[in-house]
Amino acid sequence: MAVVHKQVKVKQHKYHANVFKSHLTKSKFLHYLWNIIRAIILIGVCYLVIFPLLSKFAASFMSRRDLWDNRVAWISRSPTMNNYKLAWNHMQYPTAFLNSAKLAVTVSLLQLVSCTLVAYGVARFRFKGAKIIFTLAILTLIVPPELFIFPLYLNFRYFNPLGILTKSVSLINTLWPFIIMAVTSTGPRNGLFIYIMRQYFKGMPRDLEEAAYVDGSGVFRTFYTIMLPSAIPAMVIVFLFSFVWQWNDYYLTQMFIPNYTSLPPMLDTLPHSVLGMRWESSMVESSLLYNTGSLLLIAPIVFLYICLQRYFVESVQRSGITGI
Amino acid sequence: MKIRRFKGLSLRQQNVLAGYLFSLPFIIGFLLVFLYPLIQSAIFSLSELEITRTGYGLKYVGIENFRYVFRIHPTFVRELTETIIAMVTSVFWILVFSFFAAMILNQQFRGRWIARAILFLPIIMASGIILKIEMKDYMTGILEYGMEEVEMFLATPGFSTYLSKFQLPEAFLENILLAIEGIPDIIRSSGIQILILLAGLQAISPSLYEAADVEGATGWENFWLITLPMLSPLILTNIVYTIVDYFIAPTNKIVANIRSASFGSLGYGIGSAMSWIYFAIVGLILVVVFMVFSRFVFYHE
Repeated sequence: MAVVHKQVKVKQHKYHANVFKSHLTKSKFLHYLWNIIRAIILIGVCYLVIFPLLSKFAASFMSRRDLWDNRVAWISRSPTMNNYKLAWNHMQYPTAFLNSAKLAVTVSLLQLVSCTLVAYGVARFRFKGAKIIFTLAILTLIVPPELFIFPLYLNFRYFNPLGILTKSVSLINTLWPFIIMAVTSTGPRNGLFIYIMRQYFKGMPRDLEEAAYVDGSGVFRTFYTIMLPSAIPAMVIVFLFSFVWQWNDYYLTQMFIPNYTSLPPMLDTLPHSVLGMRWESSMVESSLLYNTGSLLLIAPIVFLYICLQRYFVESVQRSGITGI
Repeated sequence: MKIRRFKGLSLRQQNVLAGYLFSLPFIIGFLLVFLYPLIQSAIFSLSELEITRTGYGLKYVGIENFRYVFRIHPTFVRELTETIIAMVTSVFWILVFSFFAAMILNQQFRGRWIARAILFLPIIMASGIILKIEMKDYMTGILEYGMEEVEMFLATPGFSTYLSKFQLPEAFLENILLAIEGIPDIIRSSGIQILILLAGLQAISPSLYEAADVEGATGWENFWLITLPMLSPLILTNIVYTIVDYFIAPTNKIVANIRSASFGSLGYGIGSAMSWIYFAIVGLILVVVFMVFSRFVFYHE
């Protein structure tokens, strides 16, 4: 059984592009050597990614004494939950968490829907504007947001579209700016989402659609019942990215909903809230707080990532993010 | 929507109608949320902005703002050039790393999913508030370099005397150390690029390799004649994306500068002018890069 398995493995290796291996029939030794080298490289690289997280995790349990104690490297000698207690209370974690979640879920779902619709439109229908619209979508990615953020803010502050209202209304501190941007596919990085979904839809065979049309299905029905279910891996990726970017977002949140108690602004003001005016001078305590607070902030999305990663880590191909 | 409603329209017209209907959200959004503020921003860059109680007032000052940015502002031009130069090295290494990482991750080995999951992790962590905190306080950034031990090792007297035996100039060593310091940064910025390339690699149909094998191609030839051309559109995509990502990242000195100028004492007129100059340069670089590299891209349809 083991022999058969190895042989199969060797065959598969031949058909995967691999510049580092010479002809495999030469020797198993090179094969094992490469395995070891690769393992070393990968472990090194993964270490560089994981290390900060782990060190922050270890540090979050440390008291002030530990940071000055030379003997303490990873395991705290006087562990304390005080950091967590302080961070939890001063960030108003339960409220902030719910608010962040509310915002992120709403925005991600709306963005997912609108980007998918637009991508389907430009990918599957042959009309003159398709290329132009797609190019414009990519253009929105390239322009630095600083360019139009402030006029956008002014537009939302004195909202009076086409002058139909008698008096301009302020949409600041409501969720409307985000909703408007999400529904119209103009949120941050939405161009990327449109690109991903379009590449996916372009990769699907026409026969499915045509069969549906022949059977009398309308355009929307075809979209909903046939194209959508197989697009789920790509949609998971888009949802995940958009959720995470919205969850972490500080720039737009601070601008459009300054009084909203969501996680990023609470984290930003955490040391100030705990230590008062002297937070800038006490680096050690600030750093402990930022530390713990950051962990509390990203814990939910890391968890979400772990749950959803199986959709695209092992099946990247099925999500169809290819370029041609 | 049943086909009945489309009666009277030809197939081509149905296509056009459906296409525009699906794209409608973006068309509205583009005009309202993107183009309109962009035009406003252009107007702002040519004027001085005042926020009044009922709205805002504009005073036309022409290209005064642009002149200020180029002549009078102490650091803008210098930081612009520094950023561009830094971008070239950074983008190059990110592309190289992501290419080899994708190739490695495409092979079969146990625990591959763990490696992939870990390498994609920075995508979700490197944004928004986390980046801001990292900028603020080096000690506390959750993305801080994990290289302290390596740095300390390199700085120990034993190691430096060992190196000095090679009689290398100090500046050279410093550059090497700087490059090594940048490794974690590169690894963390490559997430999406690896994702794209990995998907591309998996999409290369095995029949190509089989045919090559029948013809007796070596692994090296396989790489240059099959893998690389098939991936070339994606490599171009990656180049463009990495450049854009680098230029837009808020950890960029220029971006931070623009933000502080806009909301700080210099007023939004100047900030707007800065943004437009920055955008013009970024756009120019992108166009040049795109045109240069397009020649090497192989479209197989």
